[in-house]
Amino acid sequence: MAFQQLKLYQTGTFVAGNRLLDPEQRTVQARTGRSNSLTSGHRACRGCGEALGARYVLDAAMRATDGQLVAVNSTGCLEVFSTPYPESSWQLPWLHSLFGNGPAVASGVAAALRAQGRDHIRVIGQAGDGGTVDIGFGALSGMFERNDDVLFVCYDNEGYMNTGVQRSGATPPAARTANTKALGPEPGNAFGQGKFVPLIAMAHEIPYVATATVADLHDLEHKVETAMRFRGARYLHVFVPCPLGWGAASEDTVKLARLAKESGLFPVLEAEHGELTDVSPIRRQVPVEEYLRPQKRYAHLFGDPGRPDVVARLQARADRTIARFGLLPEGED
Amino acid sequence: MPSQIEGSQAVARAVTLCRPQVIAAYPISPQTHIVESLSDRVRTGELAGCEYLMVESEFGAMSACIGASAAGARSYTATSSQGLLFMAEALFNASGLGLPVVMTVANRAIGAPINIWNDHSDSMAMRDSGWVQLYAESNQEAVDLHAQAFRLAETLSVPVMVCMDGFVLTHAFEQVELPSQEQVDDFLCPFVPQQALDPDDPVTIGAMVGPEAFAEVKYLMHAKQVAALDEVPRVAHAFRESFGRPSGGLLKPYRLEDADTVVVTLGSTLGTVEEVVDGLRDDGLRVGALGITCFRPWPLTEVREALGRAARVVVVERAFAVGAGGIVGQNTRDALRGLPAQVYDVVAGLGGRPITRAGVRSLVDDVLGDRLDPTRLHFHDLDHALVQRELERSRHGARPGPHAEHMLRALGTVASGVHDGAPG
Ligand SMILES: Cc1ncc(C[n+]2csc(CCOP(=O)(O)OP(=O)(O)O)c2C)c(N)n1
Ligand code: SF4
Repeated sequence: MAFQQLKLYQTGTFVAGNRLLDPEQRTVQARTGRSNSLTSGHRACRGCGEALGARYVLDAAMRATDGQLVAVNSTGCLEVFSTPYPESSWQLPWLHSLFGNGPAVASGVAAALRAQGRDHIRVIGQAGDGGTVDIGFGALSGMFERNDDVLFVCYDNEGYMNTGVQRSGATPPAARTANTKALGPEPGNAFGQGKFVPLIAMAHEIPYVATATVADLHDLEHKVETAMRFRGARYLHVFVPCPLGWGAASEDTVKLARLAKESGLFPVLEAEHGELTDVSPIRRQVPVEEYLRPQKRYAHLFGDPGRPDVVARLQARADRTIARFGLLPEGED
Repeated sequence: MPSQIEGSQAVARAVTLCRPQVIAAYPISPQTHIVESLSDRVRTGELAGCEYLMVESEFGAMSACIGASAAGARSYTATSSQGLLFMAEALFNASGLGLPVVMTVANRAIGAPINIWNDHSDSMAMRDSGWVQLYAESNQEAVDLHAQAFRLAETLSVPVMVCMDGFVLTHAFEQVELPSQEQVDDFLCPFVPQQALDPDDPVTIGAMVGPEAFAEVKYLMHAKQVAALDEVPRVAHAFRESFGRPSGGLLKPYRLEDADTVVVTLGSTLGTVEEVVDGLRDDGLRVGALGITCFRPWPLTEVREALGRAARVVVVERAFAVGAGGIVGQNTRDALRGLPAQVYDVVAGLGGRPITRAGVRSLVDDVLGDRLDPTRLHFHDLDHALVQRELERSRHGARPGPHAEHMLRALGTVASGVHDGAPG
């Protein structure tokens, strides 16, 4: 037989696991005993990468902490779609305060737990890229430099989705958003702007920084588990496609996340105390075009006449990221 | 035994005795001595079991208090002026979430022009933030109000700010009776939060609420504030029972019995006004004073009760609603609706300008002599010539330039050192 039939089994709500895997190697998400921290019934769009990411992250963190976990959430899609009054999808203690203060609120929770002698309970802060890299950035940096015992997770969907898809400091160049439309001679978001906060997090020399995508579940869960082995400030930046904001098919979320990594546009890495410790190599490099084409936010690059010059600039960006982090094993670039 | 002590140190000691578990603060004059002293007390172990977070901003300070309080810890911060406004969004959030955070506001003016001296424009700007606001008349009261604030906050699950005049109180050395740890421990029960983040009983705090229930949630906030109108006097009464001295409460009536003219004020100005009242009484004039200790919630019925027999009510306040008029004045007028009393709105002591006995005396004389127009906002001690000169200047020329700098130059304070007559 040329290929082997997979034997899948169902675990609770809609999750399928691979029965052929050794139980120890199975993901947290594929285990029947997973916590379902963000349970079903929430109002996220179909194929929402953020919902997927949060579910993976929190279930892994719950397992790593034996259920002794508290989550703090900044305003944004994740908060809005999970708690339309009087319903809540959260099965763990969860606090939402404001858009710009998630990291500081999380610091306060951690301080309280320490003061109460309950610091076996761990704290996760979470926000979209807007709540992390823009409005919450001062608070995030403060939390980092004080080395507060918080894992802060940024679900990066590259824009302010909750308010109708506007640009954030993590929106990539050329991407169309509601306030960087495909108008004028430089359509979409400007080149030469924006920031990659994982590197800024590393500059704080906090114990642990990592990036991940929702395409590699094992890797993402592993990073959450690793993060939970450290005390002090930790940062996890998860790449989460947004079908609505990106104009992508709902079923392409995982594929786009994989292509972002495989094209070199999004580097998957790990760092400890400010030093890069690991990168996930590109397994099968793809041109950026393969990643860009399925997304309507880049449609202006592929119309008639199209903007091959802009695509080339984006390719150059990917090439630079590949070179910078050594994403292609020797001899392959 | 009373100690001779700086107001800020006394407050830091009082806060220490209340055993906060989390303090998050950011420095700003004139609050700094309080938070520096608390930092010392945490370091030396005098304040044990407390986490002190040196946050990156006041917004971070209030946010950390929100997180700490939601996790069930007694939480405290202090700020002033620009810092209080930098917290604004989080202030409304703390009250909306019903978190019993206690904060000292060392009252200071708000810029521009930047000014570090005392007035009430900071806390008054936050009067509708859902926080209880208590104003201390003296450093003794500032000390006493902190114990009361924690008790009040935790009984009702509302945040409370204790306002004390910056510099005038925070930096003044006075005799203060500091309570003992046992006294405060007896007065304050351990904090039992109404809701807390707990893995054994997971709850969602801060969910989104749409039109179907938002008004109801806000109504409950209001109801709690209304309940505070009963609770504030109850706590003050309990305080008197335990500590043997009066302190706090809603209002401070002074020689009101037969007064037909009453001066209403807040904070440390009350002491000055009371002395003026004594002088006026010696002259046979029926003048009294009313101190507002609790400005939020607004004790409307009690104010009406206290002032209902007066013919003239002069509200002297260290803040105003720009373009509208007096703030406490408006609230007072509201309380006196339908009664014959004439209310005079007087703005005084802005940006640290002193409110003197002579000034208050001449103000009351003007009121008694019908020389003050009750339909207009009155600016006490205003340098009319200076204002007129600047207005005149602006009328000529399309680009008059910055007012503040022109006025300082006119006063001779720019490039010639501080002029004697300069404010502050
Ligand atoms: C102080 C403040 N400014 C603006 C907003 C409006 N707002 C709410 S969510 C949001 C964008 C959220 O974007 P992001 O953090 O990237 O999360 P996403 O919705 O994309 O998951 C904005 C602008 C707000 N709630 N508070
Ligand atoms: S807009 Fe995007 S981030 Fe928000 S729920 Fe929909 S898919 Fe998720």
